[in-house]
Amino acid sequence: MTDNEIIKPENLVYSKPKLLNDNPMHYCPGCSHGVVHKLVAEVIEEMGMEEKTVAVSPVGCAVFAYNYIDVDWVEAAHGRAPALASAIKRLWPDRLVLTYQGDGDLACIGTAETIHALNRGEHIAIIFINNAIYGMTGGQMAPTTLMGMKTATCPYGREADIHGYPLNITQIASTLEGTSYVTRQSVHSVPAIRKAKKAIRKAFENSMRGEGSSLVEIVSTCNAGWKMSPEKANKWMEENMFKSYPLGDLKDSTNLE
Amino acid sequence: MAKEEIVLMKGNEAIAHAAIRCGCDGYFGYPITPQSEVLETLAAEEPWKTTGMVVLQAESEVASINMVYGGGAAGKRVMTSSSSPGIALMQEGISYMAGAEIPGLIVNVQRGGPGLGTIQPSQSDYFQATRGGGNGDYNVIVLAPASVQEMADFVELSFELAFKYRNPAMILSDGVIGQMMEKVVLPPFKPRRTEEELEKECPWAAIGKKKHRAPNIITSLELEPHHMEEKNLHLQAKYQEIREKEVRYEEILCDDADYVIVAFGSASRIAQKAIELCREEGLKVGLLRPITLWPFPSKEIHELSKHVKGILSFEINAGQMVEDIRLAVEGNAPVAYYGRMGGIVPTPEEVVEALKKELITK
Repeated sequence: MTDNEIIKPENLVYSKPKLLNDNPMHYCPGCSHGVVHKLVAEVIEEMGMEEKTVAVSPVGCAVFAYNYIDVDWVEAAHGRAPALASAIKRLWPDRLVLTYQGDGDLACIGTAETIHALNRGEHIAIIFINNAIYGMTGGQMAPTTLMGMKTATCPYGREADIHGYPLNITQIASTLEGTSYVTRQSVHSVPAIRKAKKAIRKAFENSMRGEGSSLVEIVSTCNAGWKMSPEKANKWMEENMFKSYPLGDLKDSTNLE
Repeated sequence: MAKEEIVLMKGNEAIAHAAIRCGCDGYFGYPITPQSEVLETLAAEEPWKTTGMVVLQAESEVASINMVYGGGAAGKRVMTSSSSPGIALMQEGISYMAGAEIPGLIVNVQRGGPGLGTIQPSQSDYFQATRGGGNGDYNVIVLAPASVQEMADFVELSFELAFKYRNPAMILSDGVIGQMMEKVVLPPFKPRRTEEELEKECPWAAIGKKKHRAPNIITSLELEPHHMEEKNLHLQAKYQEIREKEVRYEEILCDDADYVIVAFGSASRIAQKAIELCREEGLKVGLLRPITLWPFPSKEIHELSKHVKGILSFEINAGQMVEDIRLAVEGNAPVAYYGRMGGIVPTPEEVVEALKKELITK
């Protein structure tokens, strides 16, 4: 088969989602954001919701998510994305309303907004990137930073006496009556990416059915903040992050495939 | 059916009824004295069953204002209300709205401070309201109602101004106006805008990207300093336009006045009685009532200052508006201040006495 034959439309098995534009991403090489952005764009397209999606970006590395996925966006104040999304969805019930947030945004400064939006059963989907560190500001301790993990603000490792414990907010979310789909995924391997995509699709579909809130945590790497190569970061995540944040559904009352 | 519906109600209730009637799409708020009747009235009226207006009790004032930011970003006519400590919490969201040029209405039924302060009335959030209040160089359009009627009327006016200029607007009321009952003519019912009307009025709104246009991105962020300065210059030009076109004020007996009291909101009602008492004594005293606190009627006060012997700023705080008056007067006439704090509402007699002591006999 020649190259020209391979690129014939009938032979194509994969293409970049149209919603994902060609702007060069500011994310560090090896960062999980790029993959998750692609999945979000793919799912919106596959659902045919390109013209009906309003996404809310956070403060953090994903603040510029609006530069890469060509849907309408609102850039929220730090931690407040679920409040914005709650209002937008209530005012525009036929829109797909999603937030895309990191751990500092969602599980620290925005804990109240997160818990209350989920507990009200807002018909929104929250994509939660948990890389256990503040990436944008230069690698400080996050609410999800593991015990012993070194960051710019716990340079000798996280200690309970000084810093308190990691917050498992996804587990908390699964206990709330307002949530109907709470899952934890990752994007470090091809099978994991496929599962994560399925989870994002389920969350978006669930939010359109209006049967409660959806939270998809993606346990992610921040190789720059962790000061590791992308490959080592993936390995470190598998060995350490997954112990504290095990993958799988924490709650699913959606009756969706 | 009578053309005008005259009803007796509290200022806070008038805000709620006016919101439902003027086609407001959503209210997001959190209880705090002395403004809780706004949310309570809306909850009792259940407008979601009639006009389709969304009403939501949020988890905090921080969430409330960010709901207003989200709703406004999606082109909807949305509002919140609170009292001073709650408005302090909202400053983050108001600044984001100003930066992203998102319209919305914030009602402040002021109480005395600082801190938890008191639940009694005050006008001590004047600086916060007229200087922006949050981070960055911005202004909020501020309307100061002096009656329950104006509480009702200013809801629609605020939305009109907010959408005209793509800027947050504030009704700066206080515990007196919020809690007192007066007769009021409620505005006629106006339907909420349809999706087509909204798209026409707000082509910038984030409501889902249509094929024919680029994505609508609502943000206050811009990392390139030259672009950020341009954005700021654009905002400043807009604020200048508002200063030129939207100043509102009322003058009572100023034409022949030797002395003028400047007072807004509830203080202007007390001042109105005070100038009556002065006139009975043969003292020629007038009242200038700023209706917009930002933009401030600086030119009008400047003109007035050329023909009077003195100006008294009467405000229920430690003396905040007096600074704007002094800036406007530019030394043309003596400017004095009188006010009380801590939730004390002064009497007209006290104001007359202060006027005499600080200006007339000085």
